[in-house]
Amino acid sequence: MGEVILGLAAVRYRYPGVDRDAVAGVTLHIRRGELVGIVGPNGSGKTTLLRLLVGVLRASAGSVTVAGKPVGEWNRRELARIIGVVPQREEPVFPLTVEETVFLGRYAHMGALAAPRRADRAAVKSALERCDVVEFTDRRISTLSGGEWQRVRVARALAQEPQALILDEPTANLDIRHEMEVFELVSDLVHRDGIAGVVVTHHVNLAARFVDRMVVMNDGRTEASGTPGEVITREVLERVFGWPVEVDMWRGVPQFVPLKSGESKPIHQDD
Amino acid sequence: MRWFLLLAVAVAAVVAGIALGPADLSWPESMRGLVGRGDDTAVVIVRQLRAPRVLLAFLVGGCLAVTGATLQALVRNPLADPYLLGLSGGAGVGAVLAIALHAGGAWAVPAAAFIGALVAIALVYRLALVAGAGIDPRVLLLAGVVVSAFGGAILGAIFSLSSAAELRNAMMWLLGGFDAASWQVLGIFSSYAALPLAYLYYTNRPLDLLSLGEEPAQFLGTDVDRLKLHLYVSASLLTAACVAVSGIIGFVGLVVPHAVRMVLGHTHRTLLPAAFLLGGTLLTAADAVARTAFAPRQLPVGVVTALVGVPVFALLLRRWAK
Repeated sequence: MGEVILGLAAVRYRYPGVDRDAVAGVTLHIRRGELVGIVGPNGSGKTTLLRLLVGVLRASAGSVTVAGKPVGEWNRRELARIIGVVPQREEPVFPLTVEETVFLGRYAHMGALAAPRRADRAAVKSALERCDVVEFTDRRISTLSGGEWQRVRVARALAQEPQALILDEPTANLDIRHEMEVFELVSDLVHRDGIAGVVVTHHVNLAARFVDRMVVMNDGRTEASGTPGEVITREVLERVFGWPVEVDMWRGVPQFVPLKSGESKPIHQDD
Repeated sequence: MRWFLLLAVAVAAVVAGIALGPADLSWPESMRGLVGRGDDTAVVIVRQLRAPRVLLAFLVGGCLAVTGATLQALVRNPLADPYLLGLSGGAGVGAVLAIALHAGGAWAVPAAAFIGALVAIALVYRLALVAGAGIDPRVLLLAGVVVSAFGGAILGAIFSLSSAAELRNAMMWLLGGFDAASWQVLGIFSSYAALPLAYLYYTNRPLDLLSLGEEPAQFLGTDVDRLKLHLYVSASLLTAACVAVSGIIGFVGLVVPHAVRMVLGHTHRTLLPAAFLLGGTLLTAADAVARTAFAPRQLPVGVVTALVGVPVFALLLRRWAK
């Protein structure tokens, strides 16, 4: 098993002025070469968990470690060399070119005024190639489709040459083809390049087919954690999402179908 | 090639600015005067009046454009500039207060303007927050316009109530102009502007990150809170230095960065120096127009920039407000 890059131990966090914990005691370790999917209903604490992992929020209790050190002992520049993040939402005001955008991933590696060095150019080139966006290097990002823009953002995170890659809802608003492309890309990056990967997603079925481990969050807690086969059960999903579902195995991977109200009863009776 | 063109146009504007003026000097006479030859009057006019004035106009134009470009990334709104965000108005109030109260000398006016600008931007933020938890860049701009109007009212009150002799010309000064230019004023301006200007160029890459949004900027390696604080202070200081020596000159900070964006793109590594050159060029040209169009009478240069800037602003609004 690879070394642990991101570690959470009994972590709690409460937003100021709120009377319950957004994250209420989560323990989780993410290793090199391992893709972990985090699923759960809206407001279950997924995005807060990510913010804690990258040190944007400071845990009120418990500890967060990044590459073996408490997250608070790294500064933002050092963290950006360890963790690449593809945030959920991002609305650039100025239409940079694709290449300029990916170059921003090199910020944490570059001197303030120095011109980009050979290592910087090489990292950008390889990130562009890896994410298959070379053909539109010179295009303005305002002209990209949703799927292209997402791949460019993954390339930017990759240009950081990170040990861990964190993606928050990377397939929101994408059609099926682009959804699959993003998951294939991320899975390949994690498994082939040995990066520690975390994906927060609403697509439980899709995640089940790509991730090594899955964490189901509910009310700030880890409701279940393990391989997709261990985690995706009718009991867990119904409890967490509050909706009747049916789970079936498809080529060895559990897939679920949410049931319409008329369909739910007979299945429950069968059990 | 584009840089060479920018530089050539800048030099041409400065030379033309020195050669033009109400005093009837021919181009060769002006140039001889500049190098210290020719008759004494020409030397004095060119060296003591025109040269510092043209240089000051160039530096102020450059600084306003750089400040505008910075603010656009900082508040993530392509229509931001020191004038529309209320910084200039706040600096104007600070400067006029210092003059009216006889506080300090020429060196104190920029400091008072700086405080005025900081108060204004704090007010603008507070006002924008009233509208909701997060800051909407459009509301922020609206708050800037409101604070500017408030500053205008305070200025009106000071002008009406104060009897300080120095304020007699302050109304004209406030409309923007370089009548007070001298080598000493140029020195004062440079002392206040050099550091923030250097800092802004130094932060050109963090500015790129900031225009993506605060969270992405953090993830890519900037300490956003500290950066924003430094940027606001720098922008306020630059605006204050400009307003203290030349009054409120609008639209340079808005229009110039946009012109540069269209041709050279949006990375601040090229945007900032190019905006400085183009802003300097445009304000030098505007000042030449202000001095000569209705000679011997002069127009305030702020009137010229507004007359040109407002239609251009309308065009920009059309382009961005899609």
